[in-house]
Amino acid sequence: MSSKKRAVSSGLPPLLIISMAFISGFCIMAIEMLGARIMAPYFGGSQVVWGSIITIFMLALAMGYLLGGRLSTRNPNGTTFGLFFIGAALFCLPIILFADLTMRPIFLNIEDPRYGSLLACIIMYFVPIGILGMISPYSVRLLVQSQDHSGHMAGQLFFISTLGSAAGTLATSFYFVLWFDVNQIMWGSIAALLMAGGVILLIDYLRNAQPSPARVPSHEK
Amino acid sequence: MRNKLLVACRLLLTILCGHSVSSFAAETIHEERSIYRDITVVQTGDRRCLIFNVHRGDRNQTCIDVSTPDKLVFAYTRMSFAGLLLKPDPKTILVAGLGGGSIPTTLTDLFPDAEIDVVEVDQAVVNVAHQFFFFEENPNMKVTVADARVFVKRTGLLGKKYDYIVLDAFGGDYIPEHLLTMEFLEEVKAIMADDGVLVANTFSMSRFYDHESVTYQRVFTEFFNFKMPASGNRIIITQLKPLPPRGALVTEAQRLAPSLEKYDIPLLEYPARLTTRVDWDMSRRVLTDQYAPANLLRDN
Repeated sequence: MSSKKRAVSSGLPPLLIISMAFISGFCIMAIEMLGARIMAPYFGGSQVVWGSIITIFMLALAMGYLLGGRLSTRNPNGTTFGLFFIGAALFCLPIILFADLTMRPIFLNIEDPRYGSLLACIIMYFVPIGILGMISPYSVRLLVQSQDHSGHMAGQLFFISTLGSAAGTLATSFYFVLWFDVNQIMWGSIAALLMAGGVILLIDYLRNAQPSPARVPSHEK
Repeated sequence: MRNKLLVACRLLLTILCGHSVSSFAAETIHEERSIYRDITVVQTGDRRCLIFNVHRGDRNQTCIDVSTPDKLVFAYTRMSFAGLLLKPDPKTILVAGLGGGSIPTTLTDLFPDAEIDVVEVDQAVVNVAHQFFFFEENPNMKVTVADARVFVKRTGLLGKKYDYIVLDAFGGDYIPEHLLTMEFLEEVKAIMADDGVLVANTFSMSRFYDHESVTYQRVFTEFFNFKMPASGNRIIITQLKPLPPRGALVTEAQRLAPSLEKYDIPLLEYPARLTTRVDWDMSRRVLTDQYAPANLLRDN
């Protein structure tokens, strides 16, 4: 099957979907790597903090996969896909704007840094990372037209999004922290997510505005 | 030419050291793996050393001479007592970073009535200090297993102040980045008594040295920089009040030196080496919670 035909179910080009999966993978890990930095002033720099961060990121992603997969069964479309990115970006804003406001009362009320950091992580990261987690299964649905291909498409998508995660981890921990402030990197991630969402919505809008010939075969099928 | 000379020196050093070591066999008497590091206790003759991450070639963290445990083996450990020149009679003391416990053990011996808090992040280090380095807690000296940043922040909330604070948490090959930011030093400043003294044991390495100096300068305006020729360490000594003139340090050194003799601390040599001269690049960026790539800076 040609790649054009694969795109038909969403009207979004597969290359676009795959690139966006790369960006979301990149941002997830950039945000995760910065988590330890953001929390160290209140909960220390020990392994405890990493334990909290990784736990909450894993749980948030798990919930995101479940929810994203479920949403993809009901009228999968480009608009929803774009809104995931914009929603995640907006829910990342409190990490910059209210980090101290969030962590200070937790620090004051919970003496044990283990539970303090866990709670802080839930409040700051669960929602935005959960939304980012919804992107993967939803992308698979947008890419897949027939069930024969689902495994292949899912493999490709996870390959790219995980490459994105690897790149995000490396770039952030090796270079970004040397070049920028933590918050500048966070703003960068938010900007990347907003732009990704904007591009998706724009392309989706353009494709829907003119009754695209590409959509016809999908009805024929 | 210069390189060749260096190589020759190094070779000579190796031969000399190799010789002195070979007369006693170094024996590993304890190994322990904590969540933070590998801890090894090695004994060579009477000298017993605590080494972190031995496989990565780390230097000794603390050494003691088991026949004369009062004596401080390392120059930097001795140097950290130069802070007493500014505050000779501390009543409340905080030591961040335990290691083998040489510094707190000496402090409690010197000031048995002083209330000493030791904060160490790694329980395994506390255990090893107890078992192998004669470190003992007493009613006036207790250890808290916690991250120093968390401990200092909480102490600040309680409104507690210390006369003498020793930051000695930079052992091993990893610098805890959250312990050298401007914000951390502000938190430390907030728990210093009005005439309290801060002594920080750190390195004198490359770019990191510049960044660290600039950060201390930002928070404390001025500090004594204390380096000894044979040591790669440097000690930062500062206080909230303006620093005393050299004459006052000399007088204090003469008064205190006898009481420090039993620990091998050559206090009389120190005043001449405490300097406020700027020997770092002042254009470097201040380290903050937002920007603290200390470990990356160290290697560059």
